Amino acid sequence: MSPGDLPDWAAWLVSALALAGAGISLVGAVGLIRLKTFYERVHAPTLGATLGMAMILAASIVYFSAADGRPVLRDLLIGLFLTVTTPITLILLGRAAAYRDRSDGNANAPPDP
Amino acid sequence: MSAALVLAYGLGLAQAMLVLAMAIAAWRILRGPRAQDRVLGLDTLYLNGMLAIVVHGMRTGSGLYFEAALVIGMLGFAATVALAKFLVHGEVIR
Amino acid sequence: MRRILPHPLLSLGLAVTWLLLNAPVTPATALSAVLVGLVVPSVMRTLEPEAVHVRAPGTILKLAVLVLYDVLRSNRDVAKVILGLRRGDRRAGFVSIPLDLRSRYGLAVLSIIVTATPGTLWIQYDSHTGHLLLHVLDLVDGDEWVRRIKDRYERPLMEVFS
Repeated sequence: MSPGDLPDWAAWLVSALALAGAGISLVGAVGLIRLKTFYERVHAPTLGATLGMAMILAASIVYFSAADGRPVLRDLLIGLFLTVTTPITLILLGRAAAYRDRSDGNANAPPDP
Repeated sequence: MSAALVLAYGLGLAQAMLVLAMAIAAWRILRGPRAQDRVLGLDTLYLNGMLAIVVHGMRTGSGLYFEAALVIGMLGFAATVALAKFLVHGEVIR
Repeated sequence: MRRILPHPLLSLGLAVTWLLLNAPVTPATALSAVLVGLVVPSVMRTLEPEAVHVRAPGTILKLAVLVLYDVLRSNRDVAKVILGLRRGDRRAGFVSIPLDLRSRYGLAVLSIIVTATPGTLWIQYDSHTGHLLLHVLDLVDGDEWVRRIKDRYERPLMEVFS
């Protein structure tokens, strides 16, 4: 199946969703450069992991549904998987950073909860 | 514009943006300054790489890249969790 | 019923996942989905997970809409901060929130909500004192964040996982 088989509305919708999602992910990555401290920087990639991911997966769902002529919803599984795993990675990373900062006695170490 | 042209430009640009995001994440891995920054950069690299694979799947019109994206997502999760544990304990399994 | 389907939600989730991976649905994939849904959850019996009691479906729906709205709004806010479009000076900092929520599943869902809204990051939860340490990217007023987490998310979650 070639991309040319898509109807016009689907092509525009897929392109718009993919571009918006990629733009949001890129802004999140730029946050890795622009934000000054580690704890601020951890917030940045969540942009790509939430809205950016959702929009690109939506583009993929629209694309393959329009190309195959039936609903293709398997990309929802990637979304579900990312939604469940991102909190685990970020909580573990935040805790590791907090532990290291506290044991080093850094001035910007987080207070006790 | 025809549908094929819209898709070629739109998806090509989207993929280029995701690759740029990966480059920025790689810069953060190299730059540091501390180990947790590098792990965060690796997590971002994995995430954007996975999204770039999904977009590439649309560009080629092949459904095969879905499995690749799923595997990259799982490996990225396992890698970041293992590295975060390593940062706390200095060893992964104990 | 209990013996055949010890975890009905898990069975349903596994069967749907199987069908999504093997679309389009044919009699063969439908049959294997039913088999997966029936057989795999019996593995969970050895793990003996705490039973999940979910109630108040209306509250779940309201919470889902609220979280969706908050995800969109906080995405916009964090993007503004990163691109330097936010006026005035911004202060990032830690907030300690005393939680009354004790259900493990409730806390797990709360952690997903907090992480899925960019701008708030779950750092640490102390199960002895029930205090949660959050890092907030745009901390205007610490007490407002305590109220926000407690009113918007914790109260509905306590209704659902009571």
